[in-house]
Amino acid sequence: MTTSALILMILVQVTVTCITGYFFYKVLKSPPRHEPDSFSENEDVPDHKRLG
Amino acid sequence: MSKQDSWGSRVGLILAMAGNAVGLGNFLRFPVQAVQNGGGTFIIPYLVSFLLMGIPLLWVEWAMGRYGGRYGDHSTPFILDNMTKKRLWKYFGVFGIFTNLGVMAYYTYIESWTLTYTLKSAIGGFSGKSIEEVGQFFDTYIGSGGAVNLPTWAFLAFVITLVLNIYILSKGLSGGIEKVAKIAMPLLIVFGVILAIKAIFLGQGGDCADCNSRIGMNFLWQPDYSSLWDPKIWLAAAGQIFFTLSVGMGTIHCYASYVKKKDDIALNAMSAGWMNGFVEIVLGASVVIPIAVGYLGLDWVKENAGFMMAFKTMPYLFDQWGSIFSSIAGIAWFGLLFFAGVTSSLAMGTPWMGFMKDEFSWNEKKSAIVLGVLIFFLALPTIFFFDQGVFDEYDYWTGTVSLVIFAFAEVILFAWVFGMDKGWNEIVSGSDIRVPVVYKFIIKYITPIFIGWILFNSLFKQGDGEGFNLAKDSIIGQVVHIGQEVVWIENGAFTRMFYIDMSRLVLLALFTGLCILVRVAQIRREKSK
Repeated sequence: MTTSALILMILVQVTVTCITGYFFYKVLKSPPRHEPDSFSENEDVPDHKRLG
Repeated sequence: MSKQDSWGSRVGLILAMAGNAVGLGNFLRFPVQAVQNGGGTFIIPYLVSFLLMGIPLLWVEWAMGRYGGRYGDHSTPFILDNMTKKRLWKYFGVFGIFTNLGVMAYYTYIESWTLTYTLKSAIGGFSGKSIEEVGQFFDTYIGSGGAVNLPTWAFLAFVITLVLNIYILSKGLSGGIEKVAKIAMPLLIVFGVILAIKAIFLGQGGDCADCNSRIGMNFLWQPDYSSLWDPKIWLAAAGQIFFTLSVGMGTIHCYASYVKKKDDIALNAMSAGWMNGFVEIVLGASVVIPIAVGYLGLDWVKENAGFMMAFKTMPYLFDQWGSIFSSIAGIAWFGLLFFAGVTSSLAMGTPWMGFMKDEFSWNEKKSAIVLGVLIFFLALPTIFFFDQGVFDEYDYWTGTVSLVIFAFAEVILFAWVFGMDKGWNEIVSGSDIRVPVVYKFIIKYITPIFIGWILFNSLFKQGDGEGFNLAKDSIIGQVVHIGQEVVWIENGAFTRMFYIDMSRLVLLALFTGLCILVRVAQIRREKSK
């Protein structure tokens, strides 16, 4: 392989692998969210569908 | 929301979403596109398209999906309808069901090939066969040669694959799709890594002067900055981003509509999107082309690179590795294609299921069975008239044109009709990452211009010669058969054009039928108010 091809391949593949790993790690480390505990907090009606 | 109607875990959702995006295209379409579009040069427009079009569309679709799910909508017609007072938008949303049904019909058929080839590889069925014999096996398998393809085994494998898909879909999100994704995605990556390592260390495989896997890798990664301004390469790269991320299909909206209101979507979208990128750029680029160049040489690959290499060439190449490792490689290769296929086809079934459940109160089982019957009949022309171009016609209209039209419509709706400020709040709401604010500008201006440019170029692609003339393969050129005489019967037999036009009529009827269903659903909603 030529040096420029090798550099481009390593640069792109290592960057993509690191970013993928970083985001997946963040997903695993993010704390779970609590469910909303009231009905009103969990239900929405779009503005244009509200009666009156 | 019932337990069946929600994701069991965040990792499950991301693996299912990544599985939706990771498909046959990651291993077959990407490297072939790279070969046909300047090798290493292709990666630059590809990455730019990913940043300016892929990532924005991922965020837009996840945000639209979660927004729709909040109001109990799980398919694009009424997700779009919820975002505006203009009732016409929901008919653009029909693309989000139509595309999936059309693609699922022929995709399930390809998936069934990978299942057959996995089993045949496992029993050493390709052992000792020449490259011509392997190619002939494929032609016989799909029943090529006559006026009608009559493939007994391929048809049986298709039915088995379809039943498997329908069974999994009938088990719901967490009980079916998520369970499969949690097994299939890690296995797919393991299989991909095994093959990529083997390809990298293959070196000289065949006898020819340029038979070396490293020459193949060099060709894939050698940058040629002079061809960077060629619009054809940019168009191909942007098209590949559409395919690979499954944007403009309606599946992301559907999966995201089961995400809870306060849950993150920005990080989830990045995680699933980059996982797809990893499978494509790191694994997909390291398997087919290097191995094929290793044994057959660069010139052969440049001339013959195409989708069918996976079935007509790869089993022969694996057989060069000895009987035991050829079986292992065959199982790994076709197994990973099968897993990639099944996680995508399951995603394609969900918008229909969501729509019928939301609007007609069907349960999982009924929605899945009717979907199975629909896909079965839609797929028949692609199986029996494969040689007449029906398969390619389905792929062109549902797997190419529809994606661009729908993506253009949805980004305009999101950024300009729904409003960028409200849209941005949807994207960042509950986010576990800081979304770069520059994307507010990109989503509003750059992405619509980018997709609009692709759509315009596809509609009015310039043909060869002086002055303005439409190319045969432009969308308009395809519709009106530019440069061809419309002949349906010749020498007492139907022509290829007849089959192509009939398949277009089938797809048009499908789209019309779905529009009618959406209209009926709208009337039912109004009556129930």
